[in-house]
Amino acid sequence: MDRKIRVLIGKPGLDGHDRGAKYIARALRDAGMEVVYTGIRQTPEAIADAAIQEDVDFVGISLLSGAHNHLFPEVARLLRNKNAGDIILFGGGVIPEEDIPGLKEAGYAAIFTPGTPASEVVEFIHLQMVKRP
Amino acid sequence: MTSSEETIRKIREGSIRTIARTLTMVENGTAGSQELLDGLFALQKGFTLGVTGPPGAGKSTLVNRMITRYRETDCSVGVIAVDPSSPFTGGALLGDRLRMQSHATDSGVFIRSMGSRGHLGGLSGATRDASCVLSAAGYSPVIIETVGVGQAEVEVAELADITLLVLVPGLGDDVQSMKAGIMEIGDIIVLNKADREGIDQLESYVNASLDLMPAQIDRPEVVRISAVTGEGLGSLWKAVDRLIEKQVAFDRVSLSAVKTLSGILEETGKRVSDMLLKMEYNGRGEAEQLILAGKISPYAIGKKLLERAERIFNSNECQ
Repeated sequence: MDRKIRVLIGKPGLDGHDRGAKYIARALRDAGMEVVYTGIRQTPEAIADAAIQEDVDFVGISLLSGAHNHLFPEVARLLRNKNAGDIILFGGGVIPEEDIPGLKEAGYAAIFTPGTPASEVVEFIHLQMVKRP
Repeated sequence: MTSSEETIRKIREGSIRTIARTLTMVENGTAGSQELLDGLFALQKGFTLGVTGPPGAGKSTLVNRMITRYRETDCSVGVIAVDPSSPFTGGALLGDRLRMQSHATDSGVFIRSMGSRGHLGGLSGATRDASCVLSAAGYSPVIIETVGVGQAEVEVAELADITLLVLVPGLGDDVQSMKAGIMEIGDIIVLNKADREGIDQLESYVNASLDLMPAQIDRPEVVRISAVTGEGLGSLWKAVDRLIEKQVAFDRVSLSAVKTLSGILEETGKRVSDMLLKMEYNGRGEAEQLILAGKISPYAIGKKLLERAERIFNSNECQ
């Protein structure tokens, strides 16, 4: 049987602007993936624990509040601590260009900024699936 | 120790990652999953609750309440929430969890979302297996939430010890509650959104429909609630507990074993068909091509497969 790609999309932090997250969730669904949508105002712990129970291949988180330098690395750290460092992380939202290298270092395979076409995210996921051990 | 025994040991110890991985295995039908299920089957304990109803009836919100309720009594709670997969792309948006995320970091709660993956009946093909895994891991109850159902998706009643049918006002007149199917499977009928207009009418439709039920069938209790405000939940829990107590009087293991067999037979049937298709037509793809080319009808293919099976069966018997 074919293996479905499973992705968790969630929003940590306090901003409620979930349009982007929902847009990406919908696009990944239309690309044939199973998307677990956990909604807004999630703690990093809730995102990490949900990702493990759902056994997803990817976690994509979106943030527009400016707290990404704290919350994004925290999700990555929790997943590693819980022995789930193999889950591939990507992020999106209003992220200044100069913050991206730091987030990549923290474990994010990609950061998508406003204006990114959804197809680019789909392509990224397919590419990562091929590269996976 | 075989790898399967090792996995079962980890599941019993409550390793979240192992349980999650095993759920993925049984969902994908990965090699080795049957052996695991065989080992886990007898370890199941506790009971399963099914929650079904039309889209937007408030199933997930009610499940969220149920988790809170059972956590107060220190039970570990498992949840399997099924949402529909697209028939075109196979993709799915699994959004039930959204209403249960307040329990995400509670180590006594395991929530798993599943796409229906083309399976009809309101569940996914692997829901039964997933329930077996969670139950063997010590979660009780295991709550199974179906996709938003219409009129005939009644499979959950086969799988769950007790099924809650959630209805809401505004979905049609009294003829809807006279139809066969979904109205017959609720052990308890939950009328949600009790603060909405039309709730009295809904209750009278449902009761009128139950009045006409054959006498030999136990009449389901009808309970009004508001899952959002919490109104009526006390009565609902009492109704659930009463039924659970009654059910315990049955020999539950053998009952569930017999139910499981029919699910297994269906799966086995599919696999045998695949094998026969491979022998007869080199696989399903080729058979489909023949149908599309107008060379053979689907009925003729079915007949040929059965004939092939009979020949194999007869030749084995002669040996």
